[in-house]
Amino acid sequence: MTTSAETSLSEQEEKRTWTDYFTFNTDHKVIGIQYLVTSFIFYLIGGALAAGIRTELATPESDFVSPELYNQMFTVHGTVMIFLWIVPAGAGLANYLIPLMIGAKDMAFPRLNAVAFWMIPPGGLLLMASFFVGAPQAGWTSYPPLSLMTGKAGEEIWILSILILGTSSILGAINFLATILKMRMPEMGFFDLPLFCWSMLATAAMILISTPVLAAALIMLSFDLIVDTSFFDPTGGGDPIVYQHMFWFYSHPAVYIMILPFFGAISEILPVHARKPIFGYRAIAFSSLAISFLGLIVWAHHMFSSGTPGWLRMFFMATTMIIAVPTGIKVFGWCATIWGGKIRLNSAMLFGMGFVSAFLIGGLSGVMLASVPFDIHVHDSYFIVAHLHYVLFGGSVLGLFAAIYHWFPKMTGKYLNETWGRIHFVLTFIGLNLTFLPMHQLGLEGMNRRIAIYDAEFQTLNIICTIGSYILAVSTFPFLINLVWSVLKGKKAGANPWKALTLEWQTASPPLIENFEEEPVLWSGPYDYGVDVSEENDQSVQELLSDVKADMS
Amino acid sequence: MQGSTVDESQTLNYSQTEAAAQEEEHPDLRMFGVVLFLVAESMIFLGLFSAYLIYASVMPQWPPEGTPKLELLLPGVNSIILISSSFVMHRGQSAIKKNDVSGLQFWFGLTALMGAIFLGGQLYEYANLEFGLTTNLFTSCFYVLTGFHGLHVTVGLLLILFVLQRSTRQGHYTSEKHFGVEASELYWHFVDVVWVILFGLVYLL
Ligand code: HEM
Ligand SMILES: [Cu+2]
Repeated sequence: MTTSAETSLSEQEEKRTWTDYFTFNTDHKVIGIQYLVTSFIFYLIGGALAAGIRTELATPESDFVSPELYNQMFTVHGTVMIFLWIVPAGAGLANYLIPLMIGAKDMAFPRLNAVAFWMIPPGGLLLMASFFVGAPQAGWTSYPPLSLMTGKAGEEIWILSILILGTSSILGAINFLATILKMRMPEMGFFDLPLFCWSMLATAAMILISTPVLAAALIMLSFDLIVDTSFFDPTGGGDPIVYQHMFWFYSHPAVYIMILPFFGAISEILPVHARKPIFGYRAIAFSSLAISFLGLIVWAHHMFSSGTPGWLRMFFMATTMIIAVPTGIKVFGWCATIWGGKIRLNSAMLFGMGFVSAFLIGGLSGVMLASVPFDIHVHDSYFIVAHLHYVLFGGSVLGLFAAIYHWFPKMTGKYLNETWGRIHFVLTFIGLNLTFLPMHQLGLEGMNRRIAIYDAEFQTLNIICTIGSYILAVSTFPFLINLVWSVLKGKKAGANPWKALTLEWQTASPPLIENFEEEPVLWSGPYDYGVDVSEENDQSVQELLSDVKADMS
Repeated sequence: MQGSTVDESQTLNYSQTEAAAQEEEHPDLRMFGVVLFLVAESMIFLGLFSAYLIYASVMPQWPPEGTPKLELLLPGVNSIILISSSFVMHRGQSAIKKNDVSGLQFWFGLTALMGAIFLGGQLYEYANLEFGLTTNLFTSCFYVLTGFHGLHVTVGLLLILFVLQRSTRQGHYTSEKHFGVEASELYWHFVDVVWVILFGLVYLL
């Protein structure tokens, strides 16, 4: 696949060595991989904690770990999965892909980019270190007054760690915005942008606006914790509800910060492997912006049972239901995209379709929760746990795996193995549904979340969940084996193994240090599929496209 | 296969000449970055201010009963100093636009002095207040808000001093190229605007 021109050039270029990945390197591709690998390591840690949680919950008594340790485990599990796995993994993908997709050599601020990455390992290690002094126990939401009563040291470490990770995320967002807005190749207009870039635009805007408010809340919480002010402590005249508002002003957008990058990735992956143009490009692009805006005004749906006044509940119920519309538009667009396509059912596509179906379930339970009367009954029950895992695991994690199978050939020049990939998918998909589907039932029957001890009548369903979670744990091994094997011995992939049209496929795999050996050519829209290769130069794009249309009808 | 249409000689050509040319073309995005950063900063303050406003509106009495009245004279004078320093600082930028480095140094030096007076005044005020950080909810808000703002003034002051030190290097700032000057000035204006809102909320409301 690679031509003589490519090889001779890449030989001239300086080569990346593995040691580069351990240094303060400013190449966006190195940083992207640093993000992905680091966050994956934290995924394994968070996964181990989850297995511990499920083991404890296999029986109604508290026998595997003490209730305190159980609290610490689910708190750190949630924090790791959110702040050290999904958020940075999304940032990693964005780092790797954005400059390539827009035909740039690097991000707008390469050094800032490296700084942002290098805040993640210390932030993560700090959080892990909290186990030595008694890890935080108040859940990833850290509501006061609970968070003020369960161990100062662990809680303060949690706060510091989140402040570091939040700052990293903000610096990353500044880079994404500047790069997408200002570094596109001259002939690329906004409507030539791949949808992944649109989704990152929306994500970065949300990060920039909402994360600082979390920082403000955590600064105030720190004061309460350390110097005994009482911003959030009702015994001293403070108001814990203020914390909840500030926290959810960040953390509702945060759930979209965690899903939008993968919405974007799926919008890339489905058309490529279905060999069809994306259905409703503009609708999907604008729905990202709509989510970004609406996502900022729905936060109090997490507080329907916090004494929120009726008129406010009405408002937030309405906005929450409205936000399902842009989300639904995307799901509709994806289904229409693969409908009647020449689907290549490889691992990337399997994960992509798994994403759409699992996310749909989570989206639907979300709409149920948006309704105040229903939410009041299931708030803080396992129904919420089911909802959030269908969107975060079924959505973000499956989307991330789809992205890895799809872009791995670009990042390494090697294909991932398909057999291992399918085993990985099947185990993951079965494990996911086995673990989280029964939780809907548990929640409806009234099992509380965040509790180590439960009523014996719930045990059967809990055992099913636990078995599912072990399947999920096992499912990581085929993936790990696949990664290692493919990096070492995988089948070589050329510049454009999937015959995709976005610009990242116009350069070698892996790309050269400054991305493109020749100036990339924007010779078609990102999704004008049906055209597999740019054949003869003399054939105009118009002709190629009409060929495709004839071919498809 | 896509790559196979690439003509070797052309590629090599591009990498040597055009690549070098492109390096120059890449516009300077640093100011844009600073603006984005300040958006994030504003949101922290907005978060703190909103919390303050919620307290002020839900508490039966605000400030809570028994809170000593705040003196207005000193902070008032202080505010005037800080606000005027923004105008003083702007003259520094105008000076460097005319390549006048000593003008830049004069006006920025004056700004730094005014900033330092502001901080001194703030500390003096703290030292003479009859309440502490934990006296009640209002006083906690008071110290955290003014303290967090004071921290920003300090950072701004350090930036100005940094620019002053850099300006002593021959040709470091020119009429064309003075990112440091622009960025520190924008930051200072930001800190100023925040103060005006903060003053209104905490002292006047
Ligand atoms: C269709 C759009 C969605 C709607 C209408 C929706 C609605 C809701 C509601 C009302 C709650 C609060 C339930 C309660 O605590 O009583 C909730 C919780 C949650 N949602 Fe969603 N949601 C949607 C999509 C998502 C997405 C895309 C994600 C993340 C990728 C997400 C993640 C979460 C999480 C993590 C929680 C639990 C937070 C906690 O208390 O720990 N949701 N959702
Ligand atoms: Cu929410």
